[in-house]
Amino acid sequence: MAELLSGNAAIARGAYEAGAVLAAGYPGTPSTEILENAVKYKDDIYLEWAPNEKVALEVGAAAAMGGTRSIVTMKHVGLNVAADPLMTLAYIGVEGGLVICVADDPGMHSSQNEQDTRNYAKFARLPIFEPSSSQEAKDFIPMAMEVSEKHKTPVILRSTTRVSHSRSLVELGERKEHKSKGFQKDVQRFVTVPAFSRQMRLKVEKRTPELKAETESSPANRIEMGDKSLGIIACGITYQYVKEAWPEASVLKLGFSQPWPDDMIKKFAGYVEKLLVVEELDPLLEEHIKALGIKCHGRDVVSGIGELSISSLRESRAKLEGRPVEKYAYENMADKLPGRPPVLCAGCPHRGVFYALTKHDVVVAGDIGCYSLGAFKPLERLDIILCMGGGVSMAHGLDKAGEKKKVVGIVGDSTFFHSGITGLLDIAYNKGKSTIIVVDNRTTAMTGHQDHPGTGRTLMGEPTVEASIEDIGRACGIKRIRTLNPYDQEATQKALDEEINADEASLVISKAPCILHDRSGVKPAFEIDSELCKNCRMCLKLGCPAIEASEGEKPAISSILCTGCGLCRQVCKFGAISGGENE
Amino acid sequence: MSDTTSVVLAGVGGQGILLASEIVAQAAKISGFDVKTNEVHGMAQRGGSVIAHVRFGEKVYSPLAAKGEAKVLGGLERISALRYADYLCEGGLVAVNSQMMVPVTVSMGMGEYPADAEKLLRDKFENLIYINASEEARKLGNVRAANVVLLGALSKGLDKLSEEAWLEAVKISVKPKFIDLNIKAFKTGRDI
Repeated sequence: MAELLSGNAAIARGAYEAGAVLAAGYPGTPSTEILENAVKYKDDIYLEWAPNEKVALEVGAAAAMGGTRSIVTMKHVGLNVAADPLMTLAYIGVEGGLVICVADDPGMHSSQNEQDTRNYAKFARLPIFEPSSSQEAKDFIPMAMEVSEKHKTPVILRSTTRVSHSRSLVELGERKEHKSKGFQKDVQRFVTVPAFSRQMRLKVEKRTPELKAETESSPANRIEMGDKSLGIIACGITYQYVKEAWPEASVLKLGFSQPWPDDMIKKFAGYVEKLLVVEELDPLLEEHIKALGIKCHGRDVVSGIGELSISSLRESRAKLEGRPVEKYAYENMADKLPGRPPVLCAGCPHRGVFYALTKHDVVVAGDIGCYSLGAFKPLERLDIILCMGGGVSMAHGLDKAGEKKKVVGIVGDSTFFHSGITGLLDIAYNKGKSTIIVVDNRTTAMTGHQDHPGTGRTLMGEPTVEASIEDIGRACGIKRIRTLNPYDQEATQKALDEEINADEASLVISKAPCILHDRSGVKPAFEIDSELCKNCRMCLKLGCPAIEASEGEKPAISSILCTGCGLCRQVCKFGAISGGENE
Repeated sequence: MSDTTSVVLAGVGGQGILLASEIVAQAAKISGFDVKTNEVHGMAQRGGSVIAHVRFGEKVYSPLAAKGEAKVLGGLERISALRYADYLCEGGLVAVNSQMMVPVTVSMGMGEYPADAEKLLRDKFENLIYINASEEARKLGNVRAANVVLLGALSKGLDKLSEEAWLEAVKISVKPKFIDLNIKAFKTGRDI
């Protein structure tokens, strides 16, 4: 009986069936649920959230060098963090199978950039699988493991948001145990000093044509002949859209795409009158086909920005056929409706810190996580965001460059462990003066509450040591360290005032659990007394979704959303807000 | 054109769109169809506008519906169906929960919430069910079941799925202690 599984759950199942014994990763939408689903198989697979993607890949790489099968998971920007070990691992190769599962996010549903991981496959000369459904997501993992072991190379499995987060029916298989001989010492193979690396470099070149032979004959690649007037080459999820936008066309479906199966491509191009390449994000295949001397359509009709869909491909089809796009039965009214951007949740502890920062004329370097939402109105208390951990080191950079205003960096707890620590070390070592705030809600909130080194629990559910941000700060050499309760607005403002104006670096830890993750702090809802309310709208400056106000009307608190955090009572000058536990 | 049936559900993060789409998918699976759904994760969940797709039929390719082809469109909040109206097929069924959720942008004066939302909906969609699903759910004892009340109303536009399949789907999709509540919620919506 088939099961309805998300692509991510299917990847986890694939790792189980392939006999993987280790899985490591760092949470990041849309990849997160791979490891969360793999927890089902914890009797057979050791699982961990690593502090970051570089560490995860190094853990997985070592397991594979030791002869066992493993998977490593991350999102596309995470592969940038892991790029250093990746490029050299491509030289060393593996003994046991290693599949690096990377989830791209075309359209940036939950990411800071669009990035096509297929470039890394080309860059590192690694084979890449691109599933188009949950069934393929599962089936490609054992196939990728076989390729990995046969050719002693790590293999990338590239998913995208619509593969990872779509659910479709999957026929399950049995687990096949994989025997390992254990680590076999071989210095020339595993030690990348230049003399040995030069030899490895040759192996990489020798491997490429062998891998090409694999893609030419792989069952993951197939030709589906239809009408010969148009042939379409589709990669990953685009196959599904192509089948609906051009149901009659001939299709070359690539699921195992690099090194490109040139013979297959040439053969297919010979069958059809006109050739079209449909790929999401970068025109890698289109450029390759053109370099082979084959004429094809691609970016001239298919967008390279954002996600593709049946609808967008129907527009491409109209363009290719030189006719206007058909209108839909109903027009959407999105332009005429009020925007509904994501916001900090009602009761979110980060709100207290951002609100306190509105009282200071400082530059704030932000980071990746829920707190990036502090950049929006009405709080608008984030000025720059670059990447994970960047909030800390960018604050230092601004400070050292002589920025006239005081500089504050904000980072979350999981992000601090991911790559904020090194930035803090830099500040202490190089005598920086910025104030770093760790908004510590004891979880990785944005991706759905994963554990991390500060939560005291492993991915497998075991209790463990809880890393102390205070102690880490002290060990880095920071002298001024204080912890505050962000719901106490007066104390938060006072503390920030002192730290921002101190003539040395300081570390502020705003500590309160994520209200979505730990509901124990939820109190009865607050209310606004409309008699006492002067409609000054100060409470609305908090940007709390529980406080609603239509134009001109006095604000009211939603009893469904309000968590009784009491921040609004602290900002109301007229004592119109009351409620909560103690009243 | 394929025989694939598409369902689009729209609302605000946290309203239970995932559960509603899961129930549709399970009902279709129980009825012997190939099924694909698409879920919303990450940043978009934090009170933002969200959309979920479910598609079922003999053989489903894309997990995302095409614009202009959804047989039914559900709005878990008063104006959310207007935001994704272009997904609906000609004359398709629209079910909307009349509950109003004021976006932060409106509270801050950066946008206006349409005062005549019901009229906008009635003018636009000839085949509309406009109900206070949140109030119905509250009467049943838990306002959070509004999503399943709305699904009950929407189910009338999906004649390929039997009531038995729907009820079985509800049973396997919700936690055991909420089965009775959600069965009642579904029937309430279907009987409106």
